[in-house]
Amino acid sequence: MNRLPFLLAILLAQPLLADSSLPPAYWANRQLPDPRQEAKAEALMAEVRCLVCQGQSIADSDAELAGDMRDLIRRRIAAGEKPSAIRGWLVQRYGTWISYKPTDEPAAWPLWLAPFGLLLVGLWFVRRRIGQRRRG
Amino acid sequence: MSKAIRFAPLALLLLVIVALVWRLATPVDTNVHSKLGGRPVPFFTLAAALPTKPTVSSTDLATGQPRLVNIFASWCVPCVSEVKVLQGLKSRGVPIDGIDIRDRPADLTDFLARNGDPYERIGSDPQSQLQIALGSSGVPESFIVDGKGIIRYQHIGAIEASDVPMILTKLEQAK
Repeated sequence: MNRLPFLLAILLAQPLLADSSLPPAYWANRQLPDPRQEAKAEALMAEVRCLVCQGQSIADSDAELAGDMRDLIRRRIAAGEKPSAIRGWLVQRYGTWISYKPTDEPAAWPLWLAPFGLLLVGLWFVRRRIGQRRRG
Repeated sequence: MSKAIRFAPLALLLLVIVALVWRLATPVDTNVHSKLGGRPVPFFTLAAALPTKPTVSSTDLATGQPRLVNIFASWCVPCVSEVKVLQGLKSRGVPIDGIDIRDRPADLTDFLARNGDPYERIGSDPQSQLQIALGSSGVPESFIVDGKGIIRYQHIGAIEASDVPMILTKLEQAK
């Protein structure tokens, strides 16, 4: 089997230059000196959805825009802003899409009610089972 | 077990298959649209991206005439082809301002020299802070801002030659 063309093709492969050449923002990958503020920032970053890698939180994402959002969140927390206010600011711009925290909006009601619905279905099955055994 | 219940799993399976095929045939729009449409551009000032060109601030976007605000970067591949379309819009009298994301002056100068320069003003946004404040999620993106500084339309992705009539209509509507 001739593998040479394949190996040459691998050597020719180049990374896709889809990112800027600027370094990450200052607070993108650096912890705040105050551990309590850093804990607040990290809790919020884990619940903010990345705009580039849409299945990840900005805490997990390596995208540049996620780094810039982490920088923005750490700066605002360090300035004394509340996490809920920062989340609200982001939701104002990107909609509830940006937040992983479930809301109490009507669209999320099925999510909150589903456990009770499933419990009722389970009870119904158990009742049927018990009824059958008694008869049997 | 009654007959109806015996066929329930099969019916459920068919339902799932129909749902999957439908979703495959009509893909979801994965673009994240800014919620600022119909609302004023948030207050901002930016440093000039080039020493030879004025910068853009929120007050420059409320001049009584609709403007096109283009979010771009020299490292953004689709922006190269978009600039040519923007040149065409400029020649039709559309005022265009640029917001340059995460860029270096030398790279931007090179980009404009090679592809043309349709911008009246260019502001530099080195850490995407204005981009996030506008609810934009990538490059290139464009906003149509009316004479009062209200965002009227957001275009996600490059403006293609085929989008020009639609963009001109949107600008006309923003008057």
